[in-house]
Amino acid sequence: MRPARVTGVVLLVVLVAGAASQLRPNGLVADLSDHLVAITTGFAGAEVLLFGAIEEPGDVVIVVRGPEEQVLMHRKSRLAGIWVNTASITFESVPSFYAVAATRPLDEIAASSVLLRNQIGLDHLQIDLPRAKASENVAEEWRAALKRAKQRENLYSAELGRVVFLGARLFRSDVFFPANVPTGTYQVQVYLIRDGAVVNAQTTPLIVSKIGLEAEIFDFAHNNSALYGVVAILVALVAGWLAHIAFRKA
Amino acid sequence: MQIYLPIAEISVDAFLLLGLGGAVGLLSGIFGVGGGFLMTPILIFIGVPAPVAVGTEANQIVASSVSGVLAHWTRGNVDFKMGAVLLLGGLAGSSFGVWLFAVLREIGQIDLVIKVSYVTFLGIIGTLMLVEGLRALQRRRSASPVRRKLHRHTWIHGLPLKMRFRKSKLYISALLPFGVGFVVGVLSAIMGVGGGFIMVPAMIYLLGMPTVVVVGTSLFQIIFVTANVTFLQAYANQTVDVVLALLLLVGGVIGAQIGAKVGAKLRGEQLRILLALMVLGVCGKLLLDLSVTPEDIYSMGEVH
Repeated sequence: MRPARVTGVVLLVVLVAGAASQLRPNGLVADLSDHLVAITTGFAGAEVLLFGAIEEPGDVVIVVRGPEEQVLMHRKSRLAGIWVNTASITFESVPSFYAVAATRPLDEIAASSVLLRNQIGLDHLQIDLPRAKASENVAEEWRAALKRAKQRENLYSAELGRVVFLGARLFRSDVFFPANVPTGTYQVQVYLIRDGAVVNAQTTPLIVSKIGLEAEIFDFAHNNSALYGVVAILVALVAGWLAHIAFRKA
Repeated sequence: MQIYLPIAEISVDAFLLLGLGGAVGLLSGIFGVGGGFLMTPILIFIGVPAPVAVGTEANQIVASSVSGVLAHWTRGNVDFKMGAVLLLGGLAGSSFGVWLFAVLREIGQIDLVIKVSYVTFLGIIGTLMLVEGLRALQRRRSASPVRRKLHRHTWIHGLPLKMRFRKSKLYISALLPFGVGFVVGVLSAIMGVGGGFIMVPAMIYLLGMPTVVVVGTSLFQIIFVTANVTFLQAYANQTVDVVLALLLLVGGVIGAQIGAKVGAKLRGEQLRILLALMVLGVCGKLLLDLSVTPEDIYSMGEVH
């Protein structure tokens, strides 16, 4: 697996380098070593290589966004000595995963307004609240709480990943996906920023999907729920009986 | 060795799960409790979503109870008639419980209800068992043993629908075991437990069954109630992870077999005191979690 992947990457670099030689001044090409993150039985997280080239010097920023999802958040307060959920709010559309990598610290690359416009960096990620009636600081508290909760699950990263230049024009970056990565279609956005302005951008899709036995069990549980329940019980009954037989003879 | 769980959607060390299953299975065999009251909170603690922990644990308890009940059956320690009446109540209760679970999830209070139920039930039962166990131990040691009356009449014996349970040497109203079964069934569904930790004391103190048949009979009833919960949770909520259940039960059934042999060698009072201490330990931990200021007062709930 490893040698094949390395060969693939080398091939990719050659191709990218070839393509880059025909680029315009603001040219940008980038691709992933793999467009599919397969969740199999032994899955414990995955790393995907992002490769690319630019024609003339500049900064490269990579933003990885997971599929949008609906999230319910709770806030606790103290009631009769114990902590109870007393308020909740539903965010209708939140990226399930968010990570950023760049060649330099973001504040050195571009002004806050530029980063905000392109939603680059966790501080600049915009999350809409469903209810406009909440005052702005209350809304901001809920947003910050959501980002903290996502960070606790390693799905949002406050730390900036590294984009490394290989020579003057080729760059690469490792994008890491933790074991609890949500499935779906991801968007990998690559920005070329020069003199504080975005001069080019490219979006590449990436699929995170369950493959093989994992996918079959998941589909079985969701498409044939009743039968799945019966099978689960039968497996348990047989396992318990087998254990009894084994120990009676021993 | 990391393994990805298809329904829980997390990656966990397979040996950790085997070890946990074995440890909890051992307790199951010794005390005749399913061990769910320990395993469900542990699963949630290692990152399994709470609904998946509840549904999967029911599935695992089916297996450990089968292997446990067969061990007790060969020694003639199961009262099937009593088990059947308990079971009728249990099926009704667990079906009601799965419905209640869905309602509480909808209003966002399932976590609180689960924890408060744990603290309440574990606290009361643990204290009662500890006091009783210590008293019994004291009686055994004192020179002049105080004899208890074999039979005390209370309002309980005035209830209708009386039935004779030969194995348990009882003549009581069928409503009693039915009611115990129902309550335990409800708890089984919403707490992800077999309910042995409540049923065993209820059978001893409320029904007055002899301790010898209590463990086997409660395991017998638990098999069917947890099977019912497994089916309903898998059917209605898709929250049963067979891969997780299999790993837990491989450890669990082995542990339960060893536990049943260890339990037969321990004295009744020691057993009760040990179980009481464990029950109180879990209760204290949960109470602490509820009362200590959380690290973050905000938390993420359901994700769709």
